[in-house]
Order: sequence, then structure tokens, then C-alpha cells
Amino acid sequence: MRRIGIDVGGTNTDAVLLVDDRVAAAVKTPTTDDVTGGVVDALRRLIASLGDSAGPIDAVMIGTTHFTNAVVQRRGLARVAAVRIGLPSGASLPPFIDWPPDLAEVVRGHVAMVEGGHEYDGRPLVPLDTEALRQAARRIRDAGITSVAVTAVFSPLTSECEGRAADILRAVLPDVHVTLSHELGRIGLLERENATILNASIIDLAHRTTRALREAIAEAGVTAPLFLTQNDGTVMRAEFAEAFPVYSFASGPTNSMRGAAFLSGVRDAMVVDVGGTTSDIGHLKGGFPREANRTVDVGGVRTLFRMPDLLSLGLGGGTLVDPDERRIGPESVGHRITREALVFGGGKLTATDVAVAAGLVRIGDPSRVASLPPETVRLAVATFREMIEEGVDRMKVDARPLPLLAVGGGSFLVPEELPGIGEVVRVEHAAVANAVGAAIAQVSGEIDRIFSGMAREEALARAEAIARRRALEAGAEPSSLEVVELEDLPLAYLPGDARRVRVRVVGAAATPLPEPAPDPR
Amino acid sequence: MPPSYRDVPEDDLQPLATGAWILGAGGGGDPYHALLNMRRLYGEGRSVRLLPPEALDDDALVAVVSTMGAPLVSEERLVDPAVCARPVRMMEEYLGRRFDAVMSLEIGGANALQPFMVAALTALPVVDADTMGRAYPEAQMSSFAIGDLRPWPLTLADVRDNGVVVARAASWKWMERLSRKACTEVGSVAATCKAPRSGREVREWGILHTVTRAIALGRAVEDARRHKEDPVQAAIAAGGGMAIFTGKVTDVERRTTEGFLRGSARIEGLVDDAGSTFSVDFQNEFTVGWIDGVPRLSVPDLICVMDQVSGEAIGTEALRYGQRVRVVAFPAPELQTRPRGLRYVGPRAFGYDLDFRYVFEEAS
Repeated sequence: MRRIGIDVGGTNTDAVLLVDDRVAAAVKTPTTDDVTGGVVDALRRLIASLGDSAGPIDAVMIGTTHFTNAVVQRRGLARVAAVRIGLPSGASLPPFIDWPPDLAEVVRGHVAMVEGGHEYDGRPLVPLDTEALRQAARRIRDAGITSVAVTAVFSPLTSECEGRAADILRAVLPDVHVTLSHELGRIGLLERENATILNASIIDLAHRTTRALREAIAEAGVTAPLFLTQNDGTVMRAEFAEAFPVYSFASGPTNSMRGAAFLSGVRDAMVVDVGGTTSDIGHLKGGFPREANRTVDVGGVRTLFRMPDLLSLGLGGGTLVDPDERRIGPESVGHRITREALVFGGGKLTATDVAVAAGLVRIGDPSRVASLPPETVRLAVATFREMIEEGVDRMKVDARPLPLLAVGGGSFLVPEELPGIGEVVRVEHAAVANAVGAAIAQVSGEIDRIFSGMAREEALARAEAIARRRALEAGAEPSSLEVVELEDLPLAYLPGDARRVRVRVVGAAATPLPEPAPDPR
Repeated sequence: MPPSYRDVPEDDLQPLATGAWILGAGGGGDPYHALLNMRRLYGEGRSVRLLPPEALDDDALVAVVSTMGAPLVSEERLVDPAVCARPVRMMEEYLGRRFDAVMSLEIGGANALQPFMVAALTALPVVDADTMGRAYPEAQMSSFAIGDLRPWPLTLADVRDNGVVVARAASWKWMERLSRKACTEVGSVAATCKAPRSGREVREWGILHTVTRAIALGRAVEDARRHKEDPVQAAIAAGGGMAIFTGKVTDVERRTTEGFLRGSARIEGLVDDAGSTFSVDFQNEFTVGWIDGVPRLSVPDLICVMDQVSGEAIGTEALRYGQRVRVVAFPAPELQTRPRGLRYVGPRAFGYDLDFRYVFEEAS
């Protein structure tokens, strides 16, 4: 198996070639504004570094912050028509409620609320108002809007209304992009609707970006299927990612943690990823980051995305140290570290300078920090230790000692011993752990739905079947699928043995992607 | 009569929601949607007046309101002030008399904001009182039931303009059963107006000044967060609470029986409590807590589980393995700790063969 993993970060684009379980090559190049320029450059350099041994590539997995950044920076977003099916319920809280006004201003193209939706047990709430949908479709057409987000009450339970709405919209607007909420989200109407609208607003961008990435790969002479990484540490094939770009929000930290697990061979551990400005601390369980169990803001919008539970500390290699005020950070010189840190001939005292003076690492010119007062160095190192110690302790959810994986360019700031930590593990290629995480990513399928009127076993079996189907759609190899998460929650005040079931299955990426079955004749 | 109304500024809404969520003692539902509705109503120029119970005329007519049903259904069928006001209007038609004020059944959770949504639309004042001082799983756990006041009539409405009047009920328990049945039929969420009360009944049997208490509690927590101080300590100071335990959730077990979310959680001690274990049972709300197997506190006192750092109250549905928490007790309203009150809301009312212990008395 030969896979290329690429991580497009804010500063660097990292690429690795993984041959079976070995990192065969790794490169770091600057990220370009158009994203794809950096990818082409990274790919070319990666292949050049291999010389004649490049060989055929089975898959390319790319992780990018491009879509998140579009929302955060309000750039490249399409105007969206939000169609909510659920009147007479929810009338007082229309789509875009509680959005940051500047983002709503950019994205809100049209809002339609129509009668329909379902009850928690699958009964219709009221009959679907198809005439109102047709009218909405005509208004959307007249307004020149090309992307629609459709959300129906209790659609994770039954998607009937959303499906019918899509048919009606496509009949009036043949070329429209339609995002249906039941494909994206869990129970929780507003958060699911928000995710659906965000998806609709970046779907054009996603199409353009994945096309450009495909071209970039071809330009670099690689012919292999393209996958994009998701925020839960798995990948989806590019065709699927084009339709659901929101799934790739914030996949960077996840890739980094998964890469750390792979490089170290440790599946249950705490991870500290020390970058230039911050340290991200998370917990790996079974090789996957523990997920945050709460609403997650993306660009100020409340969603229920699967995100890793991370604690971000204002401590990185470029963090400023102020000995007079005895203060560490949170300001950082960031990517200017190679000019501004003392050891690189600059005039600013950074965490890296302190680490060099303390003998934790050899970077730049150590003589430039030889005259730092020992007391300053001792105090600063003690503070780094305290910050990391407290952060790790806060994120640790298991009383048993766990190993700690120290990754990232500033991982020398992580002390050798910490309470509650069995061993601090430092790995080779730690600086490109995120690209490695992308390269090893598997494909997943998930469901989170209410089942009622059936026994628990049947509910679990149905849920698992849906999760498996979704994994196959996302590009998984059928024989490799396994259930990695299964939880069910009985629900209060609901009759009929109602339970909420969540199942996640994971499998290897199918490479090559399945071809249509050959004609037996 | 002295000037008695107080205009509730918009700035009080978020603290009210935060405080109410803490007073939910693990249940009562997240007030987020109700808060969004209130912001919108204030944005439209509407506002709410708060009325001290002392200012109520003896024969004033007070509506007691709540949304009843499954919190999960409300996640999809978002609460709507117009629907909340519907059973109140129905009750007025049924009685042939107008209300003078509106109050909440329970100050804990989303229902704290129910009378505010009604008030913003009807211009009725909100009485600074409720009937639980917290959240409880069943309507017969209200102080009006403890006072043996008349449980009927009740009106119930849903979004489709279905309306139900429960004209009579043999007891508070029967009223709970009949109204629960109607609620289930319309999709397990409905707006209700409970048996109307006179001003005198509210003063005699209501749990008084709980709106003010919730706002103060929420404001203390938010101020502490803003100033990077300890929000849990701020809640304890503002709510007259007591720190019970600090630890990490190591096990959560849930099941539903008779429509309630029941279960238990185990919290392993940290810091001063290292080496000890706190276990807590819940029936929608937290009911009884034990330290190392010995009962430590129980209903009717409020058992609140709060995030160690953010001070955010953690509901029994959101409790999960690994959370670092502080368990805090807040004192029950005095009425609920009397023998008469304990019959309705003491540990035995929840099926425990336990006597209620006065944790706050022993501390003072």
C-alpha cells in the first residue's frame, strides 16, 4: 500500500508518502493563497525526493482548513435559500436565528418556512405543503439563488419530507445544489439546520477546490483516487466531500493526533501537539481522538459537528517570554520565529530561546542565549511544565497512567516526566504527524437517530445497517468495516421504548474505488 | 400600595437562563430556545414586568404555566411563545375571567422562561415565584399540591391548535396522569396552563422570589466567568450553596422506566476528596447522593453537578464518563423539608427507604 497524505495548514503544506507502515518521504512547503499551488509544489518535491523509487500511488488523502477558513473569514461563501419544513412548529425561531449578523448578511439569500415534518415516532406532524414548496422554488429561482438548504422537523428519524422537497426544487430549478439536513446532522433542529446552511454556502467552493486538487494531483503526475479528511479522523472520497464539505471542518488537529498514534504505535494516550503559537492537548482512545460532547461554534454558528475534544493552551515554540513581568504568552512571534527569536539572531525572547538556554534542544545559535540569567530560565521552564501538566491533567479522563505523545515542532517544551503519565513518547517525523494522520485515515459511516416501537436489539441492528451503508457510500472497502462506537440512550417522557442510537463504523479506504461489475456475458 | 413592578431589562435574560439551568438540578431542559425567543421579543420592542408576590391582591387571578413533555422533542419542535400563550387564553375563556398575572410551575430549566414568553405577548406581569424552587419530574410535586389546593382545571395546547381542558381530576396524581396522556398523544410536547390560583394562594403556598434568585445566581456565575474567577464558588456564594464533592465521572448508567430517565453515576474523588467515591441517582433530576456508600444528601435539597472549570450545570442526559465536576448542594425551599412537603418530594416519594437529612442545618 502506497499512500500520500497531505495537510494544508495555515502556514505550511506538509506531504508524506507512506509505504505500508513506513514513512518513505516527507516534505514541508509554504501554503499558497490558492491552496492548490502549495499542494502541487509539495507533491512534486515529494516525488522528486524519491527519485526512481516513486512507484505507483494507491491513494491521496488531503486535509485542508480551506472550508473552515472560508466560513471564519466570510470569503467565497454562496448565498443560500434556507427551506424549513415544520410549520406550525418553530415559527418564532426562523433559520439564521442566533447567527453572527455579518455572516447571516452574506449567506442569507432567501428564507421559506412551510408546513410539514414529523413526530418523534414517525407520524406526520401535519401534511407536507407541496404547493408552498413549489412557490418557494419559484421565488428561489427568481432570486437567482443556486444553493438550497432543506431542513425538516425530525428528519433524522424519517427523511420523507426532505426527499420530496428536493424533488420539487429540482423540478423547478434543474441545476440547483440541494443539501438535505438528515444527511448531515443529528437531532437538534437549529444546530442541524445551521450545518446544512453552512454546507450549502460552501458547496460551490468545495466543487471548485476538489476539482483544482484533482488537477493538481494529475499535474504532478499522480493517478490515484482522491480522499479528503474529516473532523472525526476519517476520510471520504472526493465526490462525497464535494457534496458534504462541512464534514471536513477542523480536521487538522484530528489528523495530527491520529498521526501521532500511528507513528508511535500507541492507541490509548494523551497527546500534546506543540505548534508555534499554541499547544493542543487531546486524548486518544483506540487510536481516535475523544470527541467533544457539546455544541461547537464554527465561525460563530452553533453546530453539532463531531469534533475532537481539545484544550488549546497559549504556549508554543514562538511564545513570548517576559522575564520582567514573569509572564509567558499568549503573544507569539508565530512563523516569524526564524527571524525574531534570539537564537536566530532576532531580538525577542521566546519559549524556544529558553528551551535552548536550558539545554532542552539545540536550535540556532546557542551562544546568543548563554547570557540569560539562570533564574529567568529556571522560572520559565517551570511555568511551561506547570501549563502542560495542568492541561494534560484537565483532559485526562482515566485515572490509570497513560503514555503521552509529544508531537509538533515545539514538542521539546514537553517535560520528560509528568504526574499521571507513564511515559513521554517522542516520535520520528513528529513535525509532519498531521500529514501522516491524513495518509492513514480510514472511511467511516455514522448514524444518530431515534428508534421507537421495537426491541433494543432490532434498533441497534437497524442503526448499524444504516451506518454501514453510509460508510460504503463514503468509499469504504466492504470487507474491512467494523463497529467502533455503539451507544444507545433511553429517552425520558417518550412511550414505545424510544431510544436514541448512535453507531459509527470504520473501514479501510477502497483503492481503487469499486468499478462497475464487469459484464459476465 | 407601594410601587411594586420592576421592569426586567434585557440584560437579565441570559442570567435568568443560566441560573434556571443550575436550579434545574440536572433536569428541566436547556433554556436556550426560550432565551432566543425572549431576545427576539425584546428586539421587537416587547418587555416584561416582574411583580413581587407581596404586591398581589388576595383575589388576583394567576396563571401557572409550563411546557410539558420530553426535552428531546423540544430539540426539534422549537418552543414558540404564541403556543405558550394559547392555553392561558383557553383557560380565560373556560373560566370567563381574565388573568392578572402569570407565573412558572418550575424555576428549574426551560420552564423558568415560560411565563416570560407568555407575558411578553399578553402584557401580563410575571410573579416573582414558582411552585418548586427547582425542577421536579412530576406536576404533583408542586407546592400547590403540598398545600392541598385544588388540582383542576388544566388547559393544554399544541402547535396544531389542538386544545384540551381537563375539567376535573380526583387528585394531583390523577391530573398528572390525564394531562400526561394528552401530552403524549400530541407528540410529547405541549404548552399547559395549570389550575389557576388566587393571589392569596400564591403568597401562602408559592415558592417566593425564585425568579430574583435565579437571576442573581446566573449573574454571579457569568460575572465570575468574565473576571476569570471560580464560577462554582460564585454560585455557592450567590445561592447559599454548599460544596459537596469534587471529582471525575467514572461511570454513568441510564434506563427509562415509566417515561422517566432514571439512572446513576459514579464520581471518583479528586483533590480534597481523593480516595472517596460519590454516587448519585437521578430520575430526570438528581435525587440522592452517597459518599462511600453513606447517604450524604437527597431531594428536596438541590443536587447540582457543575463543570469544574466553566461552572456550567451538567444535565442528567449530558452526564458522561470523564467529566471533571463539582457537586454542589443548594437548600430546598423550607416548605418542602417539613413532614408535609417530604411526603411529596422527600426521598420516599422517589422510592428510597431513606430519611431526609438536613445538610445545611448541620453546617450552620
